[in-house]
Amino acid sequence: MSQIVVDARDLKKVYRMGLVDVFALRGVSVNINKGEIVAIMGPSGSGKSTLMNLLGCLDRPTSGKYILNGKDVSQISGNDLAFIRNKEVGFVFQSYNLLPRATALSNVMLPLRYSRGEKIENAEERAAELLDQVGLKDRSNHKPFEMSGGEQQRVAIARALVNRPSILLADEPTGNLDSKSGTEIMDLLVEINKKRGVTLIIVTHAPEVAKKTHRLIELVDGMVKK
Amino acid sequence: MNIRRLLIEAIQSLNSNKLRTSLTMLGIVIGVAAVVSMLAIGKGAQSSISNTIQSMGTNLIFVAKDSTVTTAAPVTLMDSNAIEKLKETSSSISAVAPSVQTSTTLVFSGTSTYVQLIGTTPSYPSVRNVTLSSGSFFTQADYDNSASVIVIGSSVVTNLFSKTPQVVGQKVKMGNNVFTIIGVLAARGGSEAGTSDNQVLVPLTTAQVRLVTRSSFKDQINLISISATSPDMVSTAIAEVKALMKSRHNISATGKNDFTVLSQEAITATATSVADILTLFLGGIAAISLLVGGIGIMNIMLVSVIERTREIGLRKALGARDSDILSQFMFESLFIGLVGGLLGVLLGWGISQVIRALASSGSTTLNPVVSLDVVLLATIFSIAVGLVFGIYPARRASRLEPVEALRTE
Repeated sequence: MSQIVVDARDLKKVYRMGLVDVFALRGVSVNINKGEIVAIMGPSGSGKSTLMNLLGCLDRPTSGKYILNGKDVSQISGNDLAFIRNKEVGFVFQSYNLLPRATALSNVMLPLRYSRGEKIENAEERAAELLDQVGLKDRSNHKPFEMSGGEQQRVAIARALVNRPSILLADEPTGNLDSKSGTEIMDLLVEINKKRGVTLIIVTHAPEVAKKTHRLIELVDGMVKK
Repeated sequence: MNIRRLLIEAIQSLNSNKLRTSLTMLGIVIGVAAVVSMLAIGKGAQSSISNTIQSMGTNLIFVAKDSTVTTAAPVTLMDSNAIEKLKETSSSISAVAPSVQTSTTLVFSGTSTYVQLIGTTPSYPSVRNVTLSSGSFFTQADYDNSASVIVIGSSVVTNLFSKTPQVVGQKVKMGNNVFTIIGVLAARGGSEAGTSDNQVLVPLTTAQVRLVTRSSFKDQINLISISATSPDMVSTAIAEVKALMKSRHNISATGKNDFTVLSQEAITATATSVADILTLFLGGIAAISLLVGGIGIMNIMLVSVIERTREIGLRKALGARDSDILSQFMFESLFIGLVGGLLGVLLGWGISQVIRALASSGSTTLNPVVSLDVVLLATIFSIAVGLVFGIYPARRASRLEPVEALRTE
């Protein structure tokens, strides 16, 4: 019996743009099991970024329920949401979003800085180990501008994993990379999923990325395409 | 641990844009330096003013005509004698010295100098705390005989006798009268006109007969200097002298006095309160520059928040709370304020030293005092400036929505 990590029911998101309401999501229900690799696809404007933001606890739904790893996070406070992001969610962005002034190691350790209430033992060893896992053992003291795009994205993946999240959210992780690096990054993500059992949710419109996932969720006009 | 972390991050971030950070800091440095040096100069001026006044003598009381009263009767030698008499019944007065004053020119072998002439009694040195560097003061016999003897101030010596080794015994001319120098006053510090180094002293009787031309009558005098027996007796002495003068000038107990009785203390207090106001004024102007420096901090921090919107979004995505972002940016502006403040204190101290050197090379005694309370005040003020002007940008940063912030390019 597989365990459900993401349990989203009838999520709606309405933005107010001036005088009109824009419906970004019109009732999306998604179930994702622990250890699954899921691709979220859809044309631009279909609501996939909005869904991603909701699943990543960066934003709250207008209505609907979102249970992440057994906890209802639909309407909790901003500070609690920040706590959930820190503990349960790992983000991988299209443009890496590394701190330019910090070394690879410091970048990986950044989420630990916001782990409040919990004393992190061996933070540096943990980060170094993750850099080793993503194949950057000897790059830990390099700064982002000294690394290639693929390498930067590996640092970002290590950073996403450092707090042992239950889901890893990747927003177009290969979007800024050439096809060779892109393939390598996808292979790395799949390998990490296998090794660590972390649930992987990838927002993409690249079919070759979607091909490597277990399941596809397609969005059209703020609804899941049946 | 958390503070250390915040400090390291603040330094790293400020370090990444050194020029901008140092220019922002410069605003605070200049502001604090201005405040510190201005207050130091003010304090120095205050102490040199009160030193100068104190050097005129201790326990001093002055009696003079109140020139704001138009019908005022002049203060006379008889008034002075009456006060002198008071000594016999009162224990508050130790010595009395009446004096007349005028300006005149002193001539010695073709050179002349402008001096302040004082005609007084032999008790003057003890009342006014005057000492002689050579020779002696005139005696009661000189006074009684209206002798043509003169005691000169130290700057008169410099002006007239720079090439004459033996000053005592020389003869000088004032108008058509020839005077024999019998003593030289010790230098008393202070500087320009109005201080005692440019004075010459002759017996009051001599001055009345030969030098001071009075239209009214000859017993009129300018000033009665009285020394009280001790600082504690000053107020008693003032009361007694006032009562005596009232009866001598036929003024009723409630009537307005046509004379003034002032203590040395009161004059000192007035002068230092003037210096106080001056210090406040200078410090206030300097504080404005510190305020401008604070606005500089706010400006740069706002720019920094806009530039680092993405970084803020990322930090929030990784679990940073609003308060984490707030403290991060607050720390940066606090750091600028604190370091700028400390550098400013150093610079201000340096400026005070330069001014001390300049003043002493111009033969003015001004010792700027950089006191601990000024240093603390300036440092706390600059930290406060960092805090106050850092709050708004930091709040703006902390309130950014992570989704929006991450979307910014």
